[in-house]
Amino acid sequence: MRWSNVSAIAGVDLRRLFKSKDYWIPLVLLGSLFFVVIPVVALSVVSAVGDTPLADQVTSIVGNLPDSIGDSAPVDSPAARAAYVIAVYMLAPIAIIVPLTISVAVASNAIVGERERGTGEFLANSPLTTREIYYGKLLASLVPGFLATIVGFTLYSLVVNLIVGPDMGGWFFPTSGWFLLILWIIPPFIAVAISIVLRMSARMRSAAAAQQSSSLVTLPIIILSYAVSARVISTPNASALLIGAVAWTVAILLSVRGAGKLRRERLLGVASET
Amino acid sequence: MESAIRFGSVSKTFGSVRAVESLSFHAPAGAVTVLLGPNGAGKTTTVRLTTGALVADRGDIEVLGLHPKVNGDEIRRRVGVVPPKPAFYDQLTGWDNLRFAARIFGSNEIDAYAAAERFSIEDALLQEVGGFSTGMRTRLALARAVIHDPEVLLLDEPTAGLDPESSRNVLALIRELAGRGRTIVLCTHLLHEAEGIADQVVLMNRGHAQASGAPATLASQYLAEPVVILDAEDRTALASLDQAAGVLSVSRNGAVQVTLDDLNRLPDLVSGLVHDGARLTRVEPVGTTLEELYFEMQRTHRGETS
Repeated sequence: MRWSNVSAIAGVDLRRLFKSKDYWIPLVLLGSLFFVVIPVVALSVVSAVGDTPLADQVTSIVGNLPDSIGDSAPVDSPAARAAYVIAVYMLAPIAIIVPLTISVAVASNAIVGERERGTGEFLANSPLTTREIYYGKLLASLVPGFLATIVGFTLYSLVVNLIVGPDMGGWFFPTSGWFLLILWIIPPFIAVAISIVLRMSARMRSAAAAQQSSSLVTLPIIILSYAVSARVISTPNASALLIGAVAWTVAILLSVRGAGKLRRERLLGVASET
Repeated sequence: MESAIRFGSVSKTFGSVRAVESLSFHAPAGAVTVLLGPNGAGKTTTVRLTTGALVADRGDIEVLGLHPKVNGDEIRRRVGVVPPKPAFYDQLTGWDNLRFAARIFGSNEIDAYAAAERFSIEDALLQEVGGFSTGMRTRLALARAVIHDPEVLLLDEPTAGLDPESSRNVLALIRELAGRGRTIVLCTHLLHEAEGIADQVVLMNRGHAQASGAPATLASQYLAEPVVILDAEDRTALASLDQAAGVLSVSRNGAVQVTLDDLNRLPDLVSGLVHDGARLTRVEPVGTTLEELYFEMQRTHRGETS
């Protein structure tokens, strides 16, 4: 396999995505909503309420969380503790939902899109191997999701530190659990979802059908990744590393298998008729 | 002549549809082979089987001495394809599309630009392909297909949707490439398109080759005795035509209409007349257009199958 070919495929797809405002504007809005708007509103409200009944309610919710979480806040003020817990633990899923959604949207259209545009004919008649095409598509789907993770995570860190930081005595975010999540847990979960969705993209007759089916298939992955994210952030220990290792292994196995299953006929749109 | 492409009893089925059935033909190296047939004859499937984009269910295919099933990547590196409806990444510029093709075919940007110049599309390269006309898309597809200077060029309905001038340019290009020793396979259902450029014709219908060979050979096989119109500065110099070898009949009504037993006799006939002092002003074979040949072959095969 020639990696220059893989990067050529990924490069064309990424350039195409970058030029498709219809694609990236909704995703930028989605990312802004989850990484900036919701955290700003939630943290501002909780930080500003002071000793009010609302603060008591939030504090009672925090009190119902495991002791390890409730005790982790390095301050005594109920409002500040509530803001800390919300920032560090309760908004964790956004770090996985947004990039997964973005990557799945790209992957679901990756192969069926080539077929619908007719560009699959060119790829099928080119010297590219099916593995190179598959891994190019995988990379092109992975990059926007991971980019969204990094950019979104940076913005989220700024929001958290600017709003909650003063009560914590300075910038405190990201915590070690979040680093583990961003660098070790999220990428393989995205790769697992993409590997499954790419295979569906190769089999579906239309991009619309591929997108609908992809949404259904990735829902369990989102739920699983939500649970894993919450656990990793609350307990960033060796077991979290193990979870990441397992996720990487599954992702690699699925992608190797997916690459082996792709046939040129799928790019031409005739295999579904056989 | 050595074969660049050889199909031996090749079959390919999609579900219940037999796209290609026991297809056998060969395309000589350095020649223009025209796959002639109506829509649905199996021409596009034949192109895809040639590159290995599709795998045959049965039969043997050899391209440049290689087998697509085993050496598909190597074949695709040495073959260029212009599909019937050339598709591109429309949001990208013509240059982006060409550069991508150059990269995966192992060529460079100089080759890509040279290919664009060759088809006079270089001025539009910085525009998005989505805004290209049909003619521009076809020229870009042709440029993309020859970036890597392929040994074999497969053109599947390359003039579909083109205006007459663009079509003529495409056909001129085919002649030029053939002149440079490239093997060309042209799929078409337009008989006038194949006229004059085909070294070899493969008549396809319902997935198999009904007939194949050089147009002159097929003409002698399928058409009645060939007729040639001759004329000379001094028509008395043509008086001896009745006695010439191979001449079946001579009709004199202004110019002389000669019926031969075989069109291959014509060079000797002309040479003999010149040797006897005739200064010929017209030598025109009649009734051997590809169109007549095509319909005669179709008639013959319908008769055989009914």
